[in-house]
Amino acid sequence: MTARMDNRFAALKSEGRPALITYFMGGDPDFDTSLGIMKALPAAGADIIELGMPFSDPMADGPAIQLAGQRALKGGQTLARTLELARKFRESDDETPIVMMGYYNPIYIYGVDRFLDDALAVGIDGLIVVDLPPEMDDELCIPALKKGINFIRLATPTTDDKRLPAVLKNTSGFVYYVSMTGITGSALPDPSLVSGAVNRIKGHTSLPVCVGFGVKTADHAKAIGAAADGVVVGTAIVAQIAGSLTKDGKAGPDTIASVATLVRGLATGVRAARLVAAE
Amino acid sequence: MRFSMPSQPRGAKAYEELRVNQTPKPNSFRSGPDEDGRFGIFGGRFVAETLMPLILDLQGEWEKAKNDPAFQKELADLGAHYIGRPSPLYFAERLTEHLGGAKIYFKREELNHTGSHKINNCVGQILLAKRMGKTRIIAETGAGQHGVASATVCARFGFPCVVYMGATDVERQAPNVFRMKLLGAEVKPVTAGSGTLKDAMNEALRDWVTNVENTYYLIGTAAGPHPYPELVRDFQSVIGKEAREQILEAEGRLPDLVVAAVGGGSNAIGIFHPFLDDESVQIVGVEAGGRGLEGVEHCASITAGSPGVLHGNRTYLLQDRDGQILEGHSISAGLDYPGIGPEHSWLHSTGRVEYVPIMDQEALDAFQTLTRLEGIIPALEASHAIAEVIKRAPKMRKDQIIVMNLSGRGDKDIFTVGKILGVEL
Repeated sequence: MTARMDNRFAALKSEGRPALITYFMGGDPDFDTSLGIMKALPAAGADIIELGMPFSDPMADGPAIQLAGQRALKGGQTLARTLELARKFRESDDETPIVMMGYYNPIYIYGVDRFLDDALAVGIDGLIVVDLPPEMDDELCIPALKKGINFIRLATPTTDDKRLPAVLKNTSGFVYYVSMTGITGSALPDPSLVSGAVNRIKGHTSLPVCVGFGVKTADHAKAIGAAADGVVVGTAIVAQIAGSLTKDGKAGPDTIASVATLVRGLATGVRAARLVAAE
Repeated sequence: MRFSMPSQPRGAKAYEELRVNQTPKPNSFRSGPDEDGRFGIFGGRFVAETLMPLILDLQGEWEKAKNDPAFQKELADLGAHYIGRPSPLYFAERLTEHLGGAKIYFKREELNHTGSHKINNCVGQILLAKRMGKTRIIAETGAGQHGVASATVCARFGFPCVVYMGATDVERQAPNVFRMKLLGAEVKPVTAGSGTLKDAMNEALRDWVTNVENTYYLIGTAAGPHPYPELVRDFQSVIGKEAREQILEAEGRLPDLVVAAVGGGSNAIGIFHPFLDDESVQIVGVEAGGRGLEGVEHCASITAGSPGVLHGNRTYLLQDRDGQILEGHSISAGLDYPGIGPEHSWLHSTGRVEYVPIMDQEALDAFQTLTRLEGIIPALEASHAIAEVIKRAPKMRKDQIIVMNLSGRGDKDIFTVGKILGVEL
């Protein structure tokens, strides 16, 4: 596996705090702005970057991320350009882990082997592919692990103890616990339920367990981060980008800065999380 | 380093290699899918983890129901007394005379309760939903035929029903929208994308992933994640089983040609499947050629698409070089889907079934021809199959036989056709 992911989680462990994992859509609203956002994330406090790969039919996403994908595609984003985004980011940052997240078809059409080679070459550390459950591991998961790219699986409230071992079997990097049955951007569930679920998963794996879906504010991040090894924020960031655009959908003067401000706030949340847990 | 796009989709290329080198002729064309839901390289279970446990439950329940005599009896009773089965196999005498070639028979699925073959599948799946203890039904619809059939069985069995329908389709299929509402269903217009069937399916999947605990997704076509393609096919195969017996009864032999229109492909697989191992029977699926195959204004997934992954299965899709799904076009809302059921993709790859396109205009002409010659107003979907029959019958001998699935009636389409013909209704 690429070392960046494990190094980052080891460092966070010694700091005694959970990771802040930030999602944005590659190419939203255009390539250059998107690259600016990506570069601003680590300085604002993001520990791991989830780089969204736009897809025309995002079946597990709510309206905010659907629209982000449409903006990116309209701006000419392709899978090749999303890889290019990562390559440019790596010119100045070789430490922050990058996880590409999206749906399988664009990767399948690009060609699985060619995609994995190119992803490795530009410094991708992991993949999250929503529509590839363990039953489909031969498609991309096993080839990715063989090449040394982490395959991060989603576990959900419907993943019971009987099924968890199958879900965790070929998972590496971290486990992404989806806090609810639903699409991205729904309301955050009760943090106590989430911590119960995180502990349940930890009973089955030594991998870090990160939680996403519904985390929008520093307070959410703090509450979820008390039990989880990482907190994923996506829709809030994507919505911040959408809100900063001009009327015709172009990047506004504050687009990059406003995302950085939001992420700085979320970062204070994860940094306060374990203080709560220790109380 | 720069990344350029490949000159053609890699999936397609890999597939062509597979096709040449590895697609063996199976012993039977009727034994699929395998336990992972695959028909060759097609099919599978490409869904979010949230849905996986439910899909496995559904598969288990289906295995049990298939072999449960009580389930089969309830299905057969509803078929006979609620749907009106068996549907007639009708010799289209005047159309046959008019074309001057092969004898043409229609399997009259348009005479079913609710006016199309869709009800066969809905009755079967509602019984499964009941067995699974689900309390809420969701469905997607294009032309509204599946939405109406879903709303119908939900009324009959007392389930709340939500139907997702593209906003464009809500507009062009107003009578069916009203029908669904009369039946007590909630119709949710979907504005995402181009507001047609694919977008309705995305939205239904989003609902399902949110309400997975109590909700049953009643998919209308032989596509989606395993076991849907298999169970929808099995519920629709009653069409072919009856047709095969009926033609043997009427003519004392099997037909030379079986024809059906293909959107997602449930009426087609329903009539094809029982004939697949009859070597002497040629089988043709008719795709929507729309305004022509050169551009993107068609829905001919097999004729002009390439293999990809969408809505839970690998199958032929209309997509660009980046794997983004394209919006199709067809005069018929029921064929307006950029994919096709995975079993059809496999039947194409093995060469067992031939898939051909029919253009909007040809379908429209066939619609009028049949109406005038036989006194049957066909659905625009079925009109595509009629157009292919009109092309082929004159080239066949008079002692040859064609069986075509007349999958739906055209009452719902009179507004669309009227508009094109310049008639104010």
